[in-house]
Amino acid sequence: MPYDYTPYPYVAPPGLSAPEARKPVVIVGAGPIGLAMAIELANHGVPSVVLDDNDVVSVGSRAICWSKRSIEIFDRLGIGDRSMEKGVTWTVGRTFHRDKEVFNFDLLPETSYKRPAFINLQQYYVEEYLIDRAQEIDLIDLRFKNRVAGVTQDVNGARVQIDTPDGRYVLEADYVLACDGAKSPVRDMLGLDFEGVVFEERFLIADIEMEGDFPSERWFWFEPPFHTGQSALLHKQPDNIYRIDLQLGWEADPEEERKPENVIPRIEKVVGHSQFRLDWVSVYTFQCRRLAKFVHDRVIFVGDSAHLVSPFGARGGNGGLQDVDALGWRLAAVLRGKAKPEVLERFDLERQHGADENILNSSRATRFMTPAPGAERMFRDEVLRLAGSLPFARTLVNSGRLSVPCVYPLEGPDTEALPAMSRPGSVAPDAPLGARWLIDRLGGRMIVLAIGCDIGPVDGAEVLQLEPTREIRARYLGEADHAIYLIRPDQVVAGRWTMPDPAWVSATIKDIWEGRA
Amino acid sequence: MSLVTDPNLSDADGFYADLLAAHRELSEAESAALNARLVLILANHVGDRAVLAEALRLARVG
Repeated sequence: MPYDYTPYPYVAPPGLSAPEARKPVVIVGAGPIGLAMAIELANHGVPSVVLDDNDVVSVGSRAICWSKRSIEIFDRLGIGDRSMEKGVTWTVGRTFHRDKEVFNFDLLPETSYKRPAFINLQQYYVEEYLIDRAQEIDLIDLRFKNRVAGVTQDVNGARVQIDTPDGRYVLEADYVLACDGAKSPVRDMLGLDFEGVVFEERFLIADIEMEGDFPSERWFWFEPPFHTGQSALLHKQPDNIYRIDLQLGWEADPEEERKPENVIPRIEKVVGHSQFRLDWVSVYTFQCRRLAKFVHDRVIFVGDSAHLVSPFGARGGNGGLQDVDALGWRLAAVLRGKAKPEVLERFDLERQHGADENILNSSRATRFMTPAPGAERMFRDEVLRLAGSLPFARTLVNSGRLSVPCVYPLEGPDTEALPAMSRPGSVAPDAPLGARWLIDRLGGRMIVLAIGCDIGPVDGAEVLQLEPTREIRARYLGEADHAIYLIRPDQVVAGRWTMPDPAWVSATIKDIWEGRA
Repeated sequence: MSLVTDPNLSDADGFYADLLAAHRELSEAESAALNARLVLILANHVGDRAVLAEALRLARVG
């Protein structure tokens, strides 16, 4: 069944008849990032107005691969279980060259985590769930058919001009969060431009509905027999919808390629029959670019408006959610007066680092998939040739390195005695806690984990005593008998010690709120 | 470990003859592809990024 794009109702905003009270936060864009941002801020007690020029969810599946980290974030936003229930869980990716498998990876062979490596779930479902959740929350004022026509700012705040079916009005805000996507009108209104590379390649992307028995895995082909000389990607989604990406070459005419009479024969070759329904088609090119910085005084760019990557690696939507995660607690603390505005610069630095890592990985994958003629092409082809017989060459085959959260460049207190996977800057690794999960106990506030030792009360944080189980030992202790970890509200490790001293921990917390860490 | 640039081949003349023999009767394109495979195979054997970076630098300077 095709997805039912029921429009959400437009309600004439109060600002049309009388000036509205100044808002702490105005969010531009009700895509997954804008909606997640609103819910995350509400979780921290901050009200927001969310403006969207449209009144339906994403048309077409668009972002479909949601990483373990994103599902953990969904949990805190209140849509984790619903997404898991609907989504297709997968951890294995297979890469083929011609008709032969040359490489496969298992992203999360261990099962002692609450959430799997990935689920596939169409962006329209994620948006629907987020809208449902947002509408349950009084702090969120969601306004459809409200198109931002202008944004200006001064030292005290920002002014947003908004067009509705009933005319124009103005909102004043402490902060404007531009979550308005790749073509971000707000970015243009501020006269900002992207820096980076545009790739000269076209891909056809199609959702088809069919009864199929493809496994819940990511399948990628270089030079498949059904699509000579190019590459292809197949992903299973809920509702018997399959995502197919086909490389077309730069010379392809997007308007022609989009036509069903041209798409259908291509898909028939991929799936080997014609028993399918074409649900959505798009032709895209891609770019690996970002803004030089994301915080522009009172206007902050979050998600695709701030950075763009090629889709191979699922680093767009997942990267955007990590922006939300890094910004929400800080902005809330600034608005409450608990933190200095400098903490927003830390957000900027951390997410620039994240964006650079995503851009690096997705550029490399794109290079491998679409090599320039000459040496680049030759090395690519010879890697693929060797990969059939030599194990080492398989590690060079790059059809996308899938999204994992970056480790932030934090200079938090650290000790070499403890495992690398939980060093400062990393997302705190999940672990079973009896029948529950550690990850569910973290987030929203500063937490001190006292593992295998006591620390007593710590100023500015809640202490959580943990017994060193097998997983906690492996992920948090290594060879040490005990340890203290400070976990930020976004579940990122801020510092760790083998000596329990509440004064050290409190000093680190103070550094965080003052924007020094 | 640093890149070895002092003589290290156990039989330099013999290796050189083998290298030429491997390319015998190949077209220019086939030779280039063989060289590409050879570089990849040897790079994996070396493994160390710093050594490889130094080798790339030397090769590029010529």
